[in-house]
Amino acid sequence: MTSFDVQRVRADFPILQRTLAGGEPLVYLDAGATSQRPRPVIDAEVAFLTRSNAAVKRGAHQLAEEATDAYEGARARIGEFLGAPRPEEIVFTRNATEALNLVARSLGDGDASTPDHLRVREGDEILVTEMEHHANLVPWQELARRTGARLRWIPLTDDFTLDLTDLGSLLTGRTRVLALTHQSNVLGTVNPIGTLVEAARAVGALTVLDACQSAPHMPLDVRELGVDFVALSGHKMLGPTGIGVLWGRYEHLAAMPPFLTGGSMIEVVHMDRATYAEPPARFEAGTPMISQAIGLAAAADYLSALGMEAVAAHESALTDRALRGLRGLPGVRIIGPAPGPERTGAVSFAVEGRHPHDIGQVLDSRGIAVRVGHHCAWPLHRRYGIPGTTRATFSVHTTAEEVDALVDSVSYALDYFGRFA
Amino acid sequence: MSSGLDALYTDIIFEHDKRPQNAGLREPFHAEVHHVNPTCGDEITLRLQRERGGAVEDISYEAVGCAMSRASASMMTELLIGRSLAEAEEITRAFEAAMSSRGRDAGDPEVLGDAVALLGAAKFPGRVKCVLMAWKAYRAALVEADALDGGAG
Repeated sequence: MTSFDVQRVRADFPILQRTLAGGEPLVYLDAGATSQRPRPVIDAEVAFLTRSNAAVKRGAHQLAEEATDAYEGARARIGEFLGAPRPEEIVFTRNATEALNLVARSLGDGDASTPDHLRVREGDEILVTEMEHHANLVPWQELARRTGARLRWIPLTDDFTLDLTDLGSLLTGRTRVLALTHQSNVLGTVNPIGTLVEAARAVGALTVLDACQSAPHMPLDVRELGVDFVALSGHKMLGPTGIGVLWGRYEHLAAMPPFLTGGSMIEVVHMDRATYAEPPARFEAGTPMISQAIGLAAAADYLSALGMEAVAAHESALTDRALRGLRGLPGVRIIGPAPGPERTGAVSFAVEGRHPHDIGQVLDSRGIAVRVGHHCAWPLHRRYGIPGTTRATFSVHTTAEEVDALVDSVSYALDYFGRFA
Repeated sequence: MSSGLDALYTDIIFEHDKRPQNAGLREPFHAEVHHVNPTCGDEITLRLQRERGGAVEDISYEAVGCAMSRASASMMTELLIGRSLAEAEEITRAFEAAMSSRGRDAGDPEVLGDAVALLGAAKFPGRVKCVLMAWKAYRAALVEADALDGGAG
């Protein structure tokens, strides 16, 4: 933690100034569900809406041109944030879920003109992991159902990491796609992407990375990752809701059939047929989410200015502090790996004999916002024999004092329920 | 600071949470339903034995969930078992109405018994569904039992 000034960062987040119903200050530890937005993100949307709002890529007027420049400029800035070789590789979607559905749908929709490696068919296999968020699981279940392909998954170890023991029999010449998360939204585990991408490449499988939980917390470079597709969520990386990103290698996007169809994604339309635009337009049917894309670019700029290495170091220190504190409490079991470089700031835990919803309720009474339940990763929770967990997630504005307040309040919750024993 | 909490969590809630009444799945039963709360992963399997046009003979269940949802299942079975189906309907309606009132309807202890303690959750919109899960399962089991008997009515 060299030059990371968390108090200066906090001043950028207007929502952190508010108090809650009982007068408590807000301790927001639910950035993993949705992050709060700094002033520059809010201002970017307001500036666009109050000055340049217009439909993009149509209209022969000044506002339309300003809007198009702002929208395409946002694409370029997000491309830079991700290290994308070309801005045309950035496709705007409504959210990460839509980005993942886009890939899963398109890979099942090819015809004889589509290259074989971009088609999933009967007899093929799709490989996911047991730690996936439903957004990176259900679309692949559906692709398997539509095509007759087989869905397989990499299981989890008792140590909360991927069990790669049988990788050789799971990832084979039949595997067309390996879809996995960069970082578990429950466990905090960072997956060994390098090893897995290499193994997938060796058998000719595409790799699809869900980077929703990693993009706001660590440096990300699509070229270094070596994957074929990356899905991002705007509202989990300090940006607006209603905007997500699919990054894909241009040669793939250029050969893939469209997902949603309609206006803006066409080349030529006749009554009985149409041809489609080049990427990214091919995958952006209809009027896009313009102010949201601009807000997201402002969020990427904001994170870049903080420096993702510094952000990662800041949150890593908080994670260690939280794990140390929570581990010492009686009956608290951390659902995630021990502190280390392969672990980031999603800290989930189970409390012996106490349901997470009850724990979350007590934390809320003390101003601490956490998430409870299965966090859209039901199979993961089933694997560990628990119905749900209480999860704290950290962000650029989280302080050590807030982490201590979390630990104190979990301790208070244990006492609170203890009195009914 | 915990005054809000104390409206939700009372001794009677924890009494039922720790020692749930009528818990465990029993035979015989006319219908069995399985309900989940997809946002928190809570689950209940509920069995209903009832005399058509007559009384609720037995409700048995297995529930995984928070203190509120477990206490609710326990209290519901205490209230409904042994009642006529018509009385059970009246109680269920009164309970659902109070739970949906955001705290305006304090509930009649004469009708709802211990279950008035659950109404503290009505002021916490996020908890209403926890409390209502068992009651929804009971309603579904009624429909299921009628369907298995061959048609509603």
